[in-house]
This record gives sequence, structure tokens and C-alpha cells, in this order.
Amino acid sequence: MSIVDLTALQLGKEIQAGNLTAVDAAEAALEQIRRAEPQIGAFVTVDEEGVLKQARKVQKQIEAGELKGPLAGVPAAIKDNLCISGMRTTCSSRILSSFVPTYTAEAVRKLEKAGAVILGKTNMDEFAMGSTTETSAFGITRNPWNPDHVPGGSSGGSCAAVAANECFYALGSDTGGSIRQPSSFCGVTGIKPTYGTVSRYGLVAYGSSLDQIGPIAKNVSDCAAILETISAYDRKDSTSIRRDDTDFTSALTEDVRGLRIGIPRDYFGEGLDPEVRDSIMKAVKVLTDKGAVAEEFDLSLVEYAIPAYYVIASAEASSNLSRFDGVKYGYRAEHYEGLHDMYKKSRSEGFGPEVKRRIMLGSFVLSSGYYDAYYLKALRTKALIKAAFDKAFARFDVIAAPASPSTAPKIGESLKDPIQMYLGDIYTISVNLAGLPGMTVPCGLDSKGLPIGLQLIGDCFQEKKIIRAAYAYEQSREYQSPPMARKLSGESAAVSGGRCEKGADCQ
Amino acid sequence: MSKQYETVIGLEVHVELATKTKIFCSCSTAFGGEPNTHTCPVCTGMPGSLPVLNKQVVEYALAVGLAVNCQINQHCKFDRKNYFYPDNPQNYQISQLYLPICHDGFVEIETEAGKKKIRIHEIHMEEDAGKLIHDEWGDCSLVDYNRSGVPLIEIVSEPDMRSAEEVIAYLEKLRMTIQYLGASDCKLQEGSMRADVNLSVREAGSAEFGTRTEMKNLNSFRAIARAIEGERERQIDLLESGKPVVQETRRWDDNKGISRAMRSKEDAQDYRYFPDPDLVPVEISDEWIERVRSAQPEMREDKIARYQSQMGLPAYDAQILTSSKHLADIFEETAAICGQPKEVSNWLMVEGMRLAKEKEMDVDEISFSPENLARLIGLVERNVINRTVAKEVFEEIFSSNADPESYVEEHGLKVVNDQGQLRKVIEEILEANPQSVQDFKNGKEKAAGFIVGQTMRAMKGKADPAVVNQLVKELLSQA
Repeated sequence: MSIVDLTALQLGKEIQAGNLTAVDAAEAALEQIRRAEPQIGAFVTVDEEGVLKQARKVQKQIEAGELKGPLAGVPAAIKDNLCISGMRTTCSSRILSSFVPTYTAEAVRKLEKAGAVILGKTNMDEFAMGSTTETSAFGITRNPWNPDHVPGGSSGGSCAAVAANECFYALGSDTGGSIRQPSSFCGVTGIKPTYGTVSRYGLVAYGSSLDQIGPIAKNVSDCAAILETISAYDRKDSTSIRRDDTDFTSALTEDVRGLRIGIPRDYFGEGLDPEVRDSIMKAVKVLTDKGAVAEEFDLSLVEYAIPAYYVIASAEASSNLSRFDGVKYGYRAEHYEGLHDMYKKSRSEGFGPEVKRRIMLGSFVLSSGYYDAYYLKALRTKALIKAAFDKAFARFDVIAAPASPSTAPKIGESLKDPIQMYLGDIYTISVNLAGLPGMTVPCGLDSKGLPIGLQLIGDCFQEKKIIRAAYAYEQSREYQSPPMARKLSGESAAVSGGRCEKGADCQ
Repeated sequence: MSKQYETVIGLEVHVELATKTKIFCSCSTAFGGEPNTHTCPVCTGMPGSLPVLNKQVVEYALAVGLAVNCQINQHCKFDRKNYFYPDNPQNYQISQLYLPICHDGFVEIETEAGKKKIRIHEIHMEEDAGKLIHDEWGDCSLVDYNRSGVPLIEIVSEPDMRSAEEVIAYLEKLRMTIQYLGASDCKLQEGSMRADVNLSVREAGSAEFGTRTEMKNLNSFRAIARAIEGERERQIDLLESGKPVVQETRRWDDNKGISRAMRSKEDAQDYRYFPDPDLVPVEISDEWIERVRSAQPEMREDKIARYQSQMGLPAYDAQILTSSKHLADIFEETAAICGQPKEVSNWLMVEGMRLAKEKEMDVDEISFSPENLARLIGLVERNVINRTVAKEVFEEIFSSNADPESYVEEHGLKVVNDQGQLRKVIEEILEANPQSVQDFKNGKEKAAGFIVGQTMRAMKGKADPAVVNQLVKELLSQA
């Protein structure tokens, strides 16, 4: 077994025990990145020099007994819409291709305080707009399970990097499913916490009222530990919530007796790949075998979620993205005459087509005469969807659902038909509209060998319930790495007898 | 022209609040400062930065709202006003459209025509923009974000004013009220108070409003009065010649005394207002309102009454001293130290006002310490210096906050009432002016005055005038 096959918590333990150092881990991750990147393209920026410097510093602190946490010394990747001081932050957009922030996102700061070693920034759909990571201005990311397929999106780079063993965990952001759907496509675990749980300070906003940052890792335990580390009230984010129940690792128990699982009929009807449906139902069976109780119900309003989501997210995005104008930072067109021409050219050349589409859609729904008909109606729909979930959670502890109607589509298939792509978000966006926590855990492969994810949705502040259900389910199966990741890491540094030797096979 | 026209005016007044830090970040609001030194990721619109509301802004807005008799929206929200301009780093301004903090208030103004209520439509909180600096030599514009995010309230009146006089009275009233609350210094020249004038004309007696224009760039009360007169005439001329008034925004050029159209209603931007998702609604409890209400300082009317009834000042003094909160503060502090309100009032009203006028200073710029004026009054009272000398010392206090005792000491200004010394000086003067002595003997009383004057001059004003008077008379009658 090689170092990069370890989970984040396993690695953290080895480092605390002195069997491995943060530098060993960083070198192993960098080596895996070098091998995997030509095939995967998960990263926009890898900070090779900075990583080793950081790893040496962290190792010293660990040896001095200053860093004792489970994530100290563990290398992580960060989605490229989270600012890190001194490190280029692009949102995978040409318009920010040269932007280097002077401040670090609060969630990343929390990780750094816990001793994380930041490897670099991962690829994404431009400004998190997309479900395939194909709208990035810096090239596509490929699915480690099959390079002809997309990794999902928008946190496709983060999920692919975790799956390909290029990092031990990653941060992503989820506005309409951007953590859960690519986690499902890449066969990894991801959590989108309750809105307000993780500070958004330093996250480049897409849809401010929907955006949440969350962890992506190889298993539920890692995700719980990472989420515990990054969750905290932050006075720099007015929408941040004070809560005293963020000890998520306390929910890592197998006991699901009496847990009430709701199966929304609306999520299992037409349009859902039968292989995905069967896989989800099998996973639910694992839980009921352990004492949980499952029951079908009608969630309702599902068909209104997509229009409501695209109206609200695009409206907020049209305003959030107006600051990218070529005046203060980022891309400015080379030739222009006067201010308005500079604005027009910089933005026309700086943004990709999907971003432009949403800016136009958002500007339209906010414009005078349409505001009531679109934006206000979407807000009312949002409130109704929240009420439908409230009703469901009066009966159930968790809702089990697919994360996507199908497994990862082929590269190039989705962008041709944006409406079809938007419809693919049907099982994930309601969670954002209602501000709920949701997560996906891998629950099998389809006949093409592509991963399927089980989505678990909880009521607001009930992350522990979905973590418990996910953990209990996870005990029934081994974590599966994509074959390419196993092949690559088999060639790299291995853990042997507690010590690490290059090339040694220690399985 | 035989028709009678009525002018209808409503104002939008922006006031920069006196908070130490900006509305959505902790940068300083201090005026001046090297460009872009009072900035951070939030007020320069960096990606990923988030606004956090400064509670003091809400306190001030509440205080102003309560003072102008407004209703309070106890659940109020911030909205984004979207428009592209380089002084606006996010390309949207955080303001309030749908649920502003205050609405439906009024102030009472007094003009020669008597008292009148001007209704206030609403007051909302918002952030100020940065400043563009156009490089006169280079082919570029620069932007300074020091002012970006400085808190503003916008006070929107109903179209209740009918003349420049009423507008000025309304603005004076607002300014006074806000200064008294300490919510802003309200300086038009520095831009901490700005007024946009919405004006239309209609035939007298008509129930319908005419088409209005909005006038911007008004930096003084004088400019406002001139712009109102100018715009009224321009609109009447248009109507008289059968042309329509175009609804538009105009910019006043006070040097030329004319206005120019900036943009018409057709070019009006669609600001695509929507609730700012980065901020949570502001919940204002009954207790909060009560706390602000009970902490309201004494307003001008109350002060005027108290100055007359408790301090024995004439109405005129009370009016002048309270015309600026700053002046009233100096007056009260000085009076509290020396216990002689009328004396303090006299110094401020006569010498203080004279010097301010001479130095072309606003009374708000007076900066000496009340302690020093109180001590000066003490010196006069104890007859350590005479009033002539005291005026000189006051001037030193006024211009450089001099310590009166050491100044008097250093310059040897103490009153001379040593009879022997004065007698000698007077005798010399009498000897040098035999004609005056002769005149006095011939019954010209005035001659004594001349001798007294000469003596005071010889003593450089330091002589005790009572002693000099007495000695001059005595010596003249003996001569």
C-alpha cells in the first residue's frame, strides 16, 4: 500500500505516531500529481515549492507538540474559487487568470491552523457554473474512473484529485450540487453542510444565498473530521450561524436502529437510470438490515426546483460577477476606446459562454418589469420547497436519493444542450434552495464501471444524522479507488512496516 | 406673461455619518489620507470579501429618524443597486429600496411666512462610492477608494417646499438636528452633506404636478438657492414658449450660474435592485428604539429655552449660540467652569463672531479650549487685566488656544494701578500738551478724555482705566 492510498485520518495518525512525516506525505502527493495530472488535469495551480516549505514547517510544529490534530501534516487540495493569500485564485476563468488575493478564505485558514499542507488549487466549472468541469477556461478535468468521462462539477477538480489519490482530501463548494454530484461521479464522499455552517468569507461568490463550502474525501470519517475543523461562526460572514453541535465525528457510529429514512417517489421516477435506482435501493436495504426504517413518500414541488434555482442563482451571480470589470484586478482587454468599451471587451473576452448565459439570464430576471414575475416568484417557490422539506422531516430523519439521474456522462455530451444539463441537477438543487445539509457516499458501480453515489439529505443542522447513516452504510463496503489511481500509486512510495520506502510493496 | 407659477420642490439629502469605521468593514472613515490607504478587501470589492454591517450606522440612522418624527421599519433590509462605474468597486451599491429603516416623518420649518411642516418620505442607509481623479496630464483616470464604504443616510422629502427660502430653512433644520445628534458634521463643502433638488413648476392653483428635473452638484446653500431660481426660470421659459419640460437629471455649474442636462429619463438606468444575500435583515427591537430615543441629546429648541430661563441670556444670544452645536458646546462648557454665562456669551457673540468673520472661519472650526476662555474671564473679573488687554488675550486664545495666564505674564499685560507710577505718566503728558490743559480750564470737558486716551496709549492699554480717569481729573483741576 502506498502513502497516497491512505485516508486523511490514517495518514494523520501515522504522522502523529512518527511513522511518516508531513514532508513524506507532501512528496508522495506531489509525485502522484506529477503522474496523474497528464491524464486527469484536476489542478489549475500546484505550488510545488510552497508545499514542501509548508510541510517542513508543519512537521516542525508537530514534533514540537504544537500540532496534535488529526489533520496535521495531511496534504489537501482547494477548489480554485477559495482565496489563498499569495496563491493565484482563478475560478477557472480567464477574467481572473492573473488574480492573486492578499487574504485567505476563512475555511482554508481553519485548515491551515489545523496543520493542513495546501498542495494547490483545483479545476472547476468557470465560477462554479456547470455540472461537468468542462466550462473551465484552463481545460477539462477527466474522470479517474474513465478518462473519456467527465468528473462532474462544478467541484470536478477536487473530486477527481481525491479519487486519483493526488490529495488526501479537498475542499469544494456546493451551490446546486457542486460537491455531491461530482463526488458521486468520482466515487468519493462529499458533504454540503447546512447553509451558514462554514464561513463563506474568501469564497468567490456565485449564488451567495446558496453557496456552501464542504469537504470531499475518501470516506465519511475523513469528511466528518474535516467538516468539524472548518465549521465555526465567523463574524466576517453575516450569514454565518452560531452553533455548538459541530462535533460531527461524534456521529461516526454504526447504530442506525430506528432511523427513519424517507424515499421520495418524485426522485425515483422517469429520467432516472435504472442502474442508479437499483444501486440506491440496495444501499437503503443495507441500512434497513441494520435496523433503519425506510418508507416512500411524495416530496412534491420537485419540478419547480430547477427554474427557481436558475432564476435565483443567476440573479445573484449577475450581480456578484459585475465586480470583474478590468478596473481593479484580473483581465483587462488589450485594445479599447474609453471606459464602456473597456468594460465590454474585458468582460466579453474574460468570461466564457456559460457564465455569460447566466449573467444575461440573471440580469433579465432582475430587470424592472420582470422582477416580480421571475425573481420574487422564485423566492416564493424557494419558501414552498423549504416547507415541503419541513413536512418531510417531521416524518423522517434522513432522505435517501440519487445525486444525479445517471452516472458520469461522456466528455462533450452535456454542453451541447444546456437545458438537459440543468435538468441533471434535479436531485441536488432543492437541498441548496432549502439550505439543508446533504452528502453523497459511493454505493457501487454501474455496468460501465462508473461510480454511483447515494445522496443523504438531512434537516437543517442535522448533519449528524446523515453522517451516521452514511457511516453505517459505508461499513458494508471497502473504499474503491479507480484502477488508474491504484496503478499509479502502486508505482510510488509505499508504506512498509510503518516506514516508507520508495517502490516497496506493502499490501 | 400673465400666468402665475408655483414651484414645487422635493429634496434628496445625503449625509455622511460620523462613525469611526465604514459601514461594512472596519476601515477608517477619516477624511483625507493618502489615496487607497483606508481600504481593505471589502471596500475595494475584492472577490470573496463579504460585508458586515456596522451597528453604529443603524444607531445614527435611528437617532435621525426619531428626531425627524419618522416611523421605524423594525425589520429592514439592504438591497443591491446594480450599475457599472469605476468609483463603485463592486459595481453595485449596497443601499435600501424595499424596506428602508425610516419612513413617514416630518420637520417643522420657520420662514417669514410662518411655520410649516415638511414631510419626510423615507430615510435609508447606504454606502458611499470612491472618488475618481482625472489625471490632467496623463491619459488616464485614477480611483481612490478611501471614501468607498463610508456610511450615508439619504433623507428623501415629499415635494412640500415651494421656494428657495423654504428649501434652505429645511436644510438648516436637518443640518442642525443631525449636528445636535452628533450623527454627522454636515459640511456641504466637504461633501458630508449633499442635496439633490427635484423641482417642477405648475400654474398656481393647479392640482397636478408638472414634469420635474433633478439638479445635482450643489455644494453650498448659496448654490442651492441660485440653482432653484435658475431652474424655476428655465422651466417657466420653456412652458411660456410652449415647449415641454423634459424629465432629466441636470448638473449645476455654480461658476457660470447655469445647469446642463446629464441624462434624460429615457437613458435612466435599470438598477436591478434585489435584496443583498450577503446581509441578513436588520431587526430593530422596541428596546433598541427606546434606548436610542432616551439617549437623544437636548435639541436646539430646548437649549434656547433653557439658556433664557436658567442662564438669563437674552433670546438673541440664545439663538446665535445654538445656531451651531459646536458653539453651544463651547458656551456651555465655559459657562460651567466660570459660572458667568452672560459674560461667556458676550465674549463669544462679540469677539468670537468678529474674529470668525475676519478669518473667514465657520463657527464649527473654532477650536480653543473652554478652560482658557473661562480663565480669561476670571482674569478680567479679578481685575488682573483690563478689558482692552483682555481683547488682545482673547484673540490669542481664539487663534492659538493660548494659556491666558502665561500669555499675560510673558507679555507683562497686568493692569497697572500703582498711583505713583500713573501720576508720573499723566504729569508728563500734561506737560507735553499745555493746549489741552488750557482747553480744560476753559471748560472743555473733552480735553480730559484726550488726556486719558494719551495715558492709556502710553501705558499700552495696561492701565486701570478707573484709576486713570480719577487721576487725570484730579491733576487737571490742580494744573
